[in-house]
Amino acid sequence: MSKINLTIDHIQVSVDKGATILEAAKKLNIKIPTLCYHEDLCVAGNCRVCVVEQMGSDRLVPSCATPASEGMEILTNSLKVRNARKSVIELLVSEHRAECTRCYKNGVCELQHLSSEYLIGEDGLIDLVALKNYTIDYFSPSIIKDDSKCIRCQRCVRSCDQLQNIGALSVAYKGEKMKIASFFEKPMYEVVCTNCGQCVNRCPTGALIERNYIDEVWSAINNPQKHLVVQTAPAVRIALGEALGMESGNIVTGRMVAALRRLGFDSVLDTDFTADLTIIEEGNELLQRLKGALVDKDPEVKLPMTTSCSPGWIKYIEHMYPQLLPNVSTAKSPQQMFGALVKTYYANKIKVDPEDIVSVSIMPCTAKKYEANRPEMHSSGYKDVDLVLTTRELARMIEQAGIDFKALENEEFDSFMGVSSGAAVIFGATGGVMEAALRTAYEIVTGREVPFDGLNITPVRGMDEVKEAAIKIENPLPEWSFLDGVELKTCVAHGLANAKKVMDSVVNGKAQYHFIEIMACPGGCLGGGGQPIPTNMEIRKRRTEAIYREDEGMPIRKSHENPEVVKLYEEFLKKPLGHKSHELLHTTYTPRNRY
Amino acid sequence: MSEITNLVKSLADKHGRYQESLLPILQGVVEQHKYLSEEAMVEIARELDISAARVFGTASFYSFLNTRPMGKYIIRVCKTITCMMHGKNQIIQELEKSLKIKLGETTLDGKFTLLETNCLGQCHKGPAMLINDEPYTELNPEKVREIIQSIKLNDTSKTSNPDLN
Amino acid sequence: MAKKNLQRLDLIFKNEQDGEQILTKTFKRSNQDIVNDLIISGLKGRGGAGYPTGLKWKLASEAEGDFKYVICNADEGEPGTFKDREILSQVPVKVLIGMAVCAKVIGAHEGYIYLRGEYKFLVEPLTEIIDDFHVLLNKIGFDFRVKIFLGSGAYICGEESALFESMEGHRGEPRNKPPFPTQAGYRKMPTVINNVETLAHTYSIFKYGPDKFKDLGVQDSRGSKVFSVSGDTPIPGIYELEFGMSLQKFVEDFGDGDAKAVQVGGASGFCVPRKKFENTKIGYQGKLTGVSLPTGGSMMIFNSSRSMYNVLHNYLEFFVEESCGQCTPCRVGTQQLLLGIEAVKKGEKSSEYLEKLLGLAENMRVTAKCGLGQSVANSFSSIVENFKEEMIY
Repeated sequence: MSKINLTIDHIQVSVDKGATILEAAKKLNIKIPTLCYHEDLCVAGNCRVCVVEQMGSDRLVPSCATPASEGMEILTNSLKVRNARKSVIELLVSEHRAECTRCYKNGVCELQHLSSEYLIGEDGLIDLVALKNYTIDYFSPSIIKDDSKCIRCQRCVRSCDQLQNIGALSVAYKGEKMKIASFFEKPMYEVVCTNCGQCVNRCPTGALIERNYIDEVWSAINNPQKHLVVQTAPAVRIALGEALGMESGNIVTGRMVAALRRLGFDSVLDTDFTADLTIIEEGNELLQRLKGALVDKDPEVKLPMTTSCSPGWIKYIEHMYPQLLPNVSTAKSPQQMFGALVKTYYANKIKVDPEDIVSVSIMPCTAKKYEANRPEMHSSGYKDVDLVLTTRELARMIEQAGIDFKALENEEFDSFMGVSSGAAVIFGATGGVMEAALRTAYEIVTGREVPFDGLNITPVRGMDEVKEAAIKIENPLPEWSFLDGVELKTCVAHGLANAKKVMDSVVNGKAQYHFIEIMACPGGCLGGGGQPIPTNMEIRKRRTEAIYREDEGMPIRKSHENPEVVKLYEEFLKKPLGHKSHELLHTTYTPRNRY
Repeated sequence: MSEITNLVKSLADKHGRYQESLLPILQGVVEQHKYLSEEAMVEIARELDISAARVFGTASFYSFLNTRPMGKYIIRVCKTITCMMHGKNQIIQELEKSLKIKLGETTLDGKFTLLETNCLGQCHKGPAMLINDEPYTELNPEKVREIIQSIKLNDTSKTSNPDLN
Repeated sequence: MAKKNLQRLDLIFKNEQDGEQILTKTFKRSNQDIVNDLIISGLKGRGGAGYPTGLKWKLASEAEGDFKYVICNADEGEPGTFKDREILSQVPVKVLIGMAVCAKVIGAHEGYIYLRGEYKFLVEPLTEIIDDFHVLLNKIGFDFRVKIFLGSGAYICGEESALFESMEGHRGEPRNKPPFPTQAGYRKMPTVINNVETLAHTYSIFKYGPDKFKDLGVQDSRGSKVFSVSGDTPIPGIYELEFGMSLQKFVEDFGDGDAKAVQVGGASGFCVPRKKFENTKIGYQGKLTGVSLPTGGSMMIFNSSRSMYNVLHNYLEFFVEESCGQCTPCRVGTQQLLLGIEAVKKGEKSSEYLEKLLGLAENMRVTAKCGLGQSVANSFSSIVENFKEEMIY
């Protein structure tokens, strides 16, 4: 590839053709401030914060959007650049409700950082917020949208559009009225928004934030009448450290458990336990569907079956492909299975009135907040999961409690419902549910382990947009003889933009899959909307590596070998897809509007 | 199927089901109905397989693609510099008086909507206005009265837009 | 009122019936010869930016692409400009011939006229003329079709990359440049986009040769220019004049005897006060000319009864509404300038605040994404600097 030579701040640098000035500067460790730029998204060049001076050009150029060219001489910090940049930041501050000390993003707001760096003072421009009639959209249980803090960088629109191909948010109007809006400016709660929170993860200010339940959790913890149960999702433990000053890619399971005990949770349990349970229920459902379709030729039985763990995906398919809802596994997500069991089986086991249990979950996800609030999620007779916190909110609580996270000693989850397998751990990565399900389903059918080295089903791993894997079933056990010679075709997609590609190919009959895993967020739950900020490709990769490291290190690697799950069936559920399972662990879906 | 669904389908048939057809389809709906209803935008989103918010976002960018109900005759008075210099305000006043509405409003019978607009490209003949697609230039209050009178005389239909309430 | 003794030209609006002949004659020439003629003629874009037309065609002809397009920019939205409407009404065939020759030179088979929504009444007559023109193209065996794409009320769509976005079914938001249209324009393919007047001029160059065109005008501003004259003038209208005229001469011919300022190039152009009339020439060089977006040739005359504060206020209101809103300097800057002059006028801000606003305008000029935001400073600074007392009292 041909190289381009240029100088930045008088330092020579050579980059590949097509690289931008911003990328070239990065190579020299020169930091150019940015706002609308995000590694995951296409370049917009809108905010103009990253402008630099190109010698010989009167106008400044946006470094994020301008390709480096041969012989270019760039100044990133000349007086002209500093003045212009300061002016741009001042303009942004003037249209932003700068009530920083009362803002949820105080201390982690990118505009605040820039404003501080450029010494934006009191004698600024006219405050535009006061002149506009902003209202806050706080109707959603997941996401709060406050236009008065929006600086129109459009990162949210691009996230929703490019990563997710939903377009719940769009740029509307023009000029002074230009804003980020949903369809007809309806509340986010009423539109096609899947609550995935990718916008929240990328919003540089407090315009899009998660709805936090920190105070509710604190007051529950401080209520002596209440027994606090907490469950933690697989992807939290490989990212929580990032929000507490650690490098990405650290596994902090033991410290997280210790911190949760210190915060005052009475039972510190693991969503991974019900991830294993999900595999049993969902795996058996798949096999039952295969039998229904292949042997009984029942037209009511729909294939391919898709996974149902990702609440963003569920809401997406409810809006966009309501006709395919019969294809979605009826198995609840691990969070909701857990919630249903906590206030029934677990309550009984620890002899606590379910009325007095507050069930809290820590999730990498903003959509889980919505999921917990779905009206059907009351199988226990109570709200199955009372409060959902994101990884970020947990980190905030740990800070609030004055806990030195890095200094904590590792602790173990409580038992019962605290033991899990490696198969559950990998739920946090794209392809993980598929891999876990195949590890179990193949063994149920053949009595043998999946034919992959070290149980690692590598074709479904990694960041490829859509992954396919086929496993041929040979010499099955007698009761599964109808599957002899069947090639089980599977597909994995992460990010709803990729999900759309797969589902379109299902709708138009081009794809002939049996089982599809879909995770709403890029990279799977490890790239969830509730994960530490920033999240980008590099960080997702490191979190992925951590997840597979954790899996490799687990004594049990297969869900059906989780001894607590086995015991749960013996003591309570009796059998997969049995009566109790249907009552507590399976659910229904709701067709929705397409906007 | 509702009338709007049929209209959107026929426009999509005519212009093709691509993102590129969005403006012509939006224009086609506005030509028939004077504005884009929620239902119309959802239908367009469905036909073109794009998000409804994007249809709304695109429509709301363009001044002539109304996203709220409009009268049968949309009057757009030019407010840009030379029309302003030559008495745009008297024209608005006269229209408000004749139609008994304020700027931005629609008459109760759903016939007239009064709006301002940016430069119409009739600067040498200002003040100017558009009524639907037709330009009227070198206006004065008397001329405006006559124009409105003649439209009223020639249009004896009842309420023309049931969406207006 | 009797017209004054104006030195008017009659090139563009001359009604000529030899379209077929000119087209056949030009088609026989090599692409290189055609481009060379345009370069020799000195023709520059009449939309305001003034890019050499011959060079634009040459770049597009050399660019690689599966398809190429010719687009006529008829999104004439600059306040004070109405010449393109007149050209399309009176001599549309000249524009179509320019498009067809351009298509031959660059290798395009599709052309579009992006007509602003405000000119929808032109669609019907234009369609008839285009149909006839297609018959003519069939006759000479050239595969090229012209369609009208109607805008829907957005000034910014006159900016060429915003126009492409609009045609592609999006909000009319300008793109980052590079790439430029000749590399990646409509549908990301090599595209020549020319203003209506520019295309009409090419007809004269094909017919009379480049020298006749070049003989008109001065230095870097060659040929004639169609001016849209409005404001305080007894004879508002369209005038084809030679480049190089001084503003003094212009107000003598067109003014009402009391001109205190002329706005050259529309709301995004420059305001010239009386004391500078003598030294200001109309042409591309010397800045105070048709350096405007998107349509050059707007001349608005203001007499001493006019408040320049009101004039600037009207312009800023226009920009505040018509900015696409995507980039910070333009979206927020225009609002700050408008509110800023209001605050100074009302005494809520001291007159020193005007200095801050001038600084802001300059920063907008160097940081805005497209010509709209960049050129707000033109009218703002030239009016505030020349009529400061009117801004304060």
